[in-house]
Parts: sequence; structure tokens; C-alpha cells
Amino acid sequence: MDNESYQSSEYDVLVIGAGGAGLRAAIEASAAGVSVGLICKSLLGKAHTVMAEGGMAASLANVDDRDDWTVHFADTMRGGQYLNSWRMAELHAREAPARARELEAWGAVFDRTKDGRILQRNFGGHKYPRLAHVGDRTGLEMIRTLQDHGIHQGIDVRMECTIVELLKDGDRVVGAFGYDRERGRFRVFRARAVVLATGGIGRAFKVTSNSWEYTGDGHALAYRAGADLMDMEFVQFHPTGMVWPPSVRGILVTEGVRGEGGVLRNSDGKRFMFEDIPELYRSSTATDEEEGWRYTQGDKQSRRPPELLTRDHVARCIVREVKEGRGSPHGGVFLDIAWIRKRLPNGAEHIRKKLPSMYHQFKQLAGIDITEEPMEVGPTTHYVMGGVRVDPDSQMSTVPGLFAAGECAAGLHGANRLGGNSLSDLLVFGQRAGRYAAEYARAQTPVEPAQDQVEALAREALAPFERAGGDAEGPYQVQFDLQDMMQSQVGIVRTQEEMRKAVDSFEGLHARAGRVGVQGNREYNAGWHTALDLRNLLMVSEAVARSAILRKESRGAHFREDHLEKDPELGRLNTVVRCGEDGRMQVAQEPIPEIRSDLQQIIEDNK
Amino acid sequence: MSSATFRIWRGSSEGGEFQDYTTEVSEGMVVLDAVHQIQAEQANDLAVRWNCKAGKCGSCSAEVNGSPKLMCMTRLNALPLERPVTVEPMQAFPLIRDLVTDVSWNYKVKEAIEPFAPREPDAPDGTWRMEQYDVERVQEFRKCIECFLCQDVCHVLRDHRLHGEFIGPRFFVHAAALEMHPLDTADRTTELANDHGVGYCNITKCCTKVCPEEITITDNAIIPLKERVVDKMYDPVTKLFRMFRS
Ligand SMILES: Cc1cc2nc3c(=O)[nH]c(=O)nc-3n(C[C@H](O)[C@H](O)[C@H](O)COP(=O)(O)OP(=O)(O)OC[C@H]3O[C@@H](n4cnc5c(N)ncnc54)[C@H](O)[C@@H]3O)c2cc1C
Ligand code: SF4
Ligand code: SF4
Ligand code: FES
Repeated sequence: MDNESYQSSEYDVLVIGAGGAGLRAAIEASAAGVSVGLICKSLLGKAHTVMAEGGMAASLANVDDRDDWTVHFADTMRGGQYLNSWRMAELHAREAPARARELEAWGAVFDRTKDGRILQRNFGGHKYPRLAHVGDRTGLEMIRTLQDHGIHQGIDVRMECTIVELLKDGDRVVGAFGYDRERGRFRVFRARAVVLATGGIGRAFKVTSNSWEYTGDGHALAYRAGADLMDMEFVQFHPTGMVWPPSVRGILVTEGVRGEGGVLRNSDGKRFMFEDIPELYRSSTATDEEEGWRYTQGDKQSRRPPELLTRDHVARCIVREVKEGRGSPHGGVFLDIAWIRKRLPNGAEHIRKKLPSMYHQFKQLAGIDITEEPMEVGPTTHYVMGGVRVDPDSQMSTVPGLFAAGECAAGLHGANRLGGNSLSDLLVFGQRAGRYAAEYARAQTPVEPAQDQVEALAREALAPFERAGGDAEGPYQVQFDLQDMMQSQVGIVRTQEEMRKAVDSFEGLHARAGRVGVQGNREYNAGWHTALDLRNLLMVSEAVARSAILRKESRGAHFREDHLEKDPELGRLNTVVRCGEDGRMQVAQEPIPEIRSDLQQIIEDNK
Repeated sequence: MSSATFRIWRGSSEGGEFQDYTTEVSEGMVVLDAVHQIQAEQANDLAVRWNCKAGKCGSCSAEVNGSPKLMCMTRLNALPLERPVTVEPMQAFPLIRDLVTDVSWNYKVKEAIEPFAPREPDAPDGTWRMEQYDVERVQEFRKCIECFLCQDVCHVLRDHRLHGEFIGPRFFVHAAALEMHPLDTADRTTELANDHGVGYCNITKCCTKVCPEEITITDNAIIPLKERVVDKMYDPVTKLFRMFRS
């Protein structure tokens, strides 16, 4: 293969991923006056961010003026069970309001309060109504606003292009290697700084709200480039995914349903969430149904209903109900919003207005009218708190020149993410990553990636074609088997024994992935793409399993049946994953930096 | 479990043909599920776009039994399964492969539309006040998921191929969202008439019928834009003024 077969481009800053984080980073870097390339696997505007429903958290205090950044900070830390990077949690809480207002200046049209300001809604774990939203399609509003603003900033966008490896020169990252999906041609991108904004890893599990894109590419690219990953054991299972019909299993039902007054019931018709309220949240949770209802209707004296406790807790309560035989016909529980018609004269209209896409989704996909009947819901893989370990201020990873922001970065959410804290995360840290990547890029000279490195990567990428025919296995079966294994052995409820089994099976899966063959040619070949994604998926799955084994306690989203309690010692440690010199995965526990005293005080004051 | 046959277009810009695939179907399945199942079991290299599987991203547009649809929102129980279900790519755009078309034209069109230009913030806190009532009109347009099904069905693009002169219903919706945004100060009427070809639309309403977001494209976006164009470009006073100038 000669030089001719690659198209190559050069930028100061290369952003991989065009969700909220990538777009925001690209806009910021471009505004700093450097040249910017932006790459995404799908078409522009189709990234995961488009699917976010409920809203973005920012202490604008438009609905409740008792809110401010300190309360948001304390809520985020409590939600993350204090494993969060306190500095990131501080920056996030302080900067989110400005980032939300900036979206409005770029054309976003949020729902309004009576006095014409941005309306905010209640969400699990947030003390005050804090989520700026547009009905239940906030992510669409956000990504479209960034996209429509971004296309006029001189950013070079390459859609439907997948990066398969980062290119390095010594310690430094100097570019990336990938292929365009349309023709399957290879591409080399030279860059002085690279920002990863590739999102999550949800495809590692069978029941998931995530699309085909979420194969942990950014995590794996960073890992192979020598960067540290952190807190990979923390995978969020959202309590409410659709459970029926089978083909829609896992599709998300926004927490906004509960924020608007929706309640969870078991097959006995009982609101089981009242039965198990964790100590940490007892003083801030309603004692009866009446108080819970008043809270959802904006009564400031009332406390939140237990349906709005953190996601990990609600998910486990649902699992318990189902396990103990009180589930719904298709293995979930009931989520009822229709009942509010008893309380609101125009209830049906209100539901359609506040939750239009949920109404649509159930009507069309399940044949259920949510203004009339309850939905059936159960947990679904949703979000990964773990990711690339970054400097809290600059978002640079442990590899010079490599930055990460959004879901693929670790730190902000600790052991559990609060709903709405992701969309704000994307903007706050996307902006920071863009700024610091531009700054870093300015100080560097460009480096030509080594030609032999590029050629080796191209050969490796084409290998699945050579194995086609004969009895070579296709990529899909390997993917399905991995998903089944992760779901059952490293899922919501974990034990040492099961996870050991999972770890033992990686070797076999790696070997199978290394042997898969694909048919057809290089043009828009989904089988080939899946084959190339497999090794990323395997890498992140292994990181999740190995990290989870090491954390012998239950905390946040990580729940171990063989270690039910929290261990205060482990509460001071993050889990770090890196690639050892021998190429094997190393997992270690490292102390969390000591928190600044003023921030500790804020936490105490908000207890 | 029963089975059904799907007649799927396979091929590239150089040509192709329909191929029949028979696969198991179960309760609640949508067309995209069947296509995925065929891809996993019989045709690993079948090209198809998708992301959300919930009608939110606008990736999986295709023509099912001849009508433009999101494959992820088209349930099999709404289709007659005793005969093959045809699944083919959108016709208004060049084919890349199988069910995937080259929609890049749409992205270029958007770049040519004048972007949002807000007025100065007027509230004491440096932001704006907008009433819910005033933003609702724009929120309807902003529901658009850019599936381009309306572009696919519009005869001006599909049959007359006027891609160079006509931006299509999706971008009239976009332009309307900007024009009717309570904060926007730009004026796009001249471009709408001269460059964007709003006059080609003869209000057949086919676009409105296929929109999965149920945006009333014709009545709420295109007709008001046409009215603005008429008001500005053809009102007698403006016309007189122009005559004197030239
Ligand atoms: C159904 C759903 C509802 C949600 N609701 C909310 C909510 O209400 N509030 C909230 O705060 N959060 C919510 N979340 C979470 C939130 O939407 C995501 O965490 C967030 O959008 C992730 O944004 P991102 O920019 O990090 O990545 P994404 O938006 O996922 O973008 C990733 C980008 O990286 C690209 N990419 C990936 N790999 C490669 C590669 N190898 N080469 C090139 N490009 C690549 C992809 O193409 C894509 O463009 C929700 C998530 C889901 C799934
Ligand atoms: S109403 Fe106008 S834009 Fe819509 S399909 Fe008909 S001609 Fe095209
Ligand atoms: S207006 Fe409707 S049909 Fe047209 S692109 Fe948008 S969502 Fe699709
Ligand atoms: S896959 Fe997103 S709209 Fe169909």
C-alpha cells in the first residue's frame, strides 16, 4: 500500500466525536483562533446527545431562588458518594449556568417560566428544580443549537468517519488514523492536540439505551495510547427503560416522567419506593404520597417523593420487586403518570404537553396511551461514570496532547451521576477541553506520524476481509456473546465469583474477535465496522470487570451482593486502569486528592 | 413465531437489485429490527443507518412499501406481511449503498442559510425574557430531527431535481424557526425568494404528511414564509420604490 491510498489532513486541534462535548470543544478551540477538525462516526447531529430527554442541570435559580452553585456542588458530590473529583464538581457547578445562558444566546429555545425566564424541572438527587429543558427533547435542542452555531465557525467537519487508533510520537499524541464509512478509505489526521469526546460504552451490555456508536472507542483509544482510565466499575443502570415489546427493550423512559408526578408501583399496586429510603436521603424525602405530589407540583415546603431518589437505588428496588415476584407481566414494574388526571383537571393534555416524545414513543412502539394506562419499565444500561482520567481544570489526560471531555472522561460523577448533570458536563468541560487544547496546540510544532505505523494499522484493519469465507465466524455473534456475558455477570448485581468467570472468558473472546471474517467490500460495510469496534468493546468490558472485582464494597452504581456495605477505606480511593509494559491490563487503587476545606464546609452545610 | 419476507434493495450507485430475505418476526417488531436481524444472520455487509431506535435521531429514513418512513418507528403489525415488505433507500438523494444515501447536500444547504442573530440582551441580568406563548411556534419547528423524509417526498426535489434552486421543506422549517424566533433580528425574505426557491412550493402538503415529528410544515412554516416574501417583495410601495431606484 503506497502513500496515495490515504487522504491526510492537518489541524491544530482534532476533536474526535461530535456530541455535545465534541461540538462545544470544537467551537471553543476555533474561537481561540486555531484550525479545528471535527470527526464523528454518524451524521452530524445524530450523536447520543440528541437522545437526551430530561434536561440539563444548572443552578440558574429561576424557579427556586434558594438554589446556587454550592447546593449543586453538594448534590453532585452526595450523588457520586464522594468519589468525584471535587475540583471538577466545583467547576461544573460554578460554570453550568453561564454555559446554559450561552446556549440561549446561540438560539436554543428552552421552556419558559411565567416571568419569561428559562424554566427548570425537578430531577432525582437535585435539591431544587434545576433542569433547564425543552419538553422531553432537551438533547435535541442542545445538539442542534451547537451544530447550527458550529457550522458557521470555520470548523472542518468529517462525518461518518471512524478513528481506529491514535498516532504517537514518543510520549505525545500527534494525530489519529481512521477510515471513512462511505468508501472505506483510510485517513490520516495530523494534529498538535487531540480531544476525545466519543461518549460511552453501553453496547457492552445486552439491555441498553445506547446506540451502535457506544463501543467505548475513546476509552480504548486512550488506553492503548498509554493514558490512565479511572472508576470504570461505575456503570449507571437507568431504572426506567422500556421492557416490552422485546424489540424495544432498553429504550429509555425519561426520569422526567417521575419529575412530573409519575409513580412506581408493583403488581400489588403498592408504591414500593416508600419502603426503602437510604439514610443519606431520609431527611430530604417525602414521608407520604401527598407530600410527594405537592413537591412535583412545585410546593417549596415539601420534600421529594422516593421515586426521585438516585438512579442506582431506584434501579435496585425495581430489581428486588421483580425478583421477589411482584413485577409486571413482562418482567418490570409499573410506571404510572396517568393517575395525575385525578389531580389535574386537564391531566391528559398536561402529560402530552410535558412529555410529548414519551407519549409518542409508547403509542407508536408499544401501542400504549400513557395518559390512560401505566407503562412497564425496568433497568437499562445507560451511562458510564468511568473514563479517561483527566486534569480537572484542563481536561488533559495523562498523555501529553490528549484531552478528553464528556461521557468518555472520568471524575465529575464519582460513583453515580445525577440526571441532568451530563448535558451540563458536556458544555462545561467541552468548553474547557477546547480552550486548553488550543492553548497546548499553539505551543507545539507539528510532527509527521511515522509511515510504518500507519501502514501497519491499515494492514491490521483490513485483516478481517482476508479471513472471509471458509468457517470464519462473523462479528455479530462475538458481540452478542460478550453482551450476554456482561449483562449477566457484571450487571446491576455483582458477585466475585461471577465476575471472575467473566474475566476468564475474555481471553477466549479476544481470540474469537481476532479471527472474525467479514464478507463484501469496504463500502459502508456494517459487518466490517462491527469487527473493528469489537476490540474496543472487549477492552472496556474487561476494564469494567477488573475494576469491579477490586472494589469490594457497594457504593453508588456498583452493587455487590457479596459486599453489601460501604467500606470507608475504599471511599477514599479511585480505581485506575492502565496498560502495563507487558501489554496486560493493570488495575490499581489510588487515593483521591484531599478536598479543599471550603468545599468540605459546603458539603457539611448541605447535609 | 412466524416469518415474513423483506424485499431489500442491495446495490450501489453503479446499479443493484431487490433481494428477498425471509426472517422470523415476533410481537412488537419494527422494520429496523427485521433489517438488523437480516444483517446479523444473512447479510453482514448490509448498509443501513440508525442510532436511537426511538424516532429521535432521524437516521433510519427509508421507503417502506413505497412510503417514506423511519424504519425504527414502523411496526410490522401495521404492514401486510402476507406479501414481501419492500425496503428501499430514499429516492431524492444519490445512493451510496443498499439503504444508505448521500444526504450531504442537506448539510450544505443549511450552511447557506443566514444564521441566528439575536438582539442585544434586554433584561437586567444580561439575558432575555420570552413568554412561553411566544416560543411555542418556534418550538414546533425545532422538533425537527433532520430525517429528510420531507425532502425525499417533495416533488420539486424528487421528480424535478431542483436541488440547486430549492432548499426543500426541511429548510423552510429551519428558516421559519429563525425568522419567527422572538430574539432574531436578521431578515431572510429576499434570499428565501431568490436563492432558496420558496416560490417553487405549490403547497401539495406531501411533506407535512410524512413528517414523523408531526410538524405542520406547509401551513405553519411555508405559507407564512411565502406571505412574508409577498409582503416584502411585492407590496406596491416597495415595488414603486424599486422602480424609481433603477
Ligand atoms: C436516551 C438517553 C437519554 C439521556 N437523557 C439525559 C438527560 O436528560 N440529561 C443528561 O444530562 N444526560 C442524559 N443522557 C446522557 C447524555 O445524553 C450523554 O451522556 C451525553 O449526550 C454524551 O455526550 P458526549 O458528547 O460525551 O457523547 P455523544 O453525544 O455520545 O457523542 C459521541 C460522539 O463521538 C463519536 N465517536 C465515537 N467513537 C468514535 C470514533 N471511533 N471515531 C470517530 N467518532 C467517534 C460519535 O459518532 C459521536 O459523534 C441521556 C442518554 C441517553 C442514551
Ligand atoms: S408542500 Fe411544498 S415543500 Fe411540501 S412537498 Fe409540496 S411542494 Fe414540496
Ligand atoms: S421537518 Fe419533519 S420530515 Fe422534515 S426533516 Fe424535519 S422531522 Fe423530518
Ligand atoms: S434510529 Fe433514530 S430515528 Fe430511527
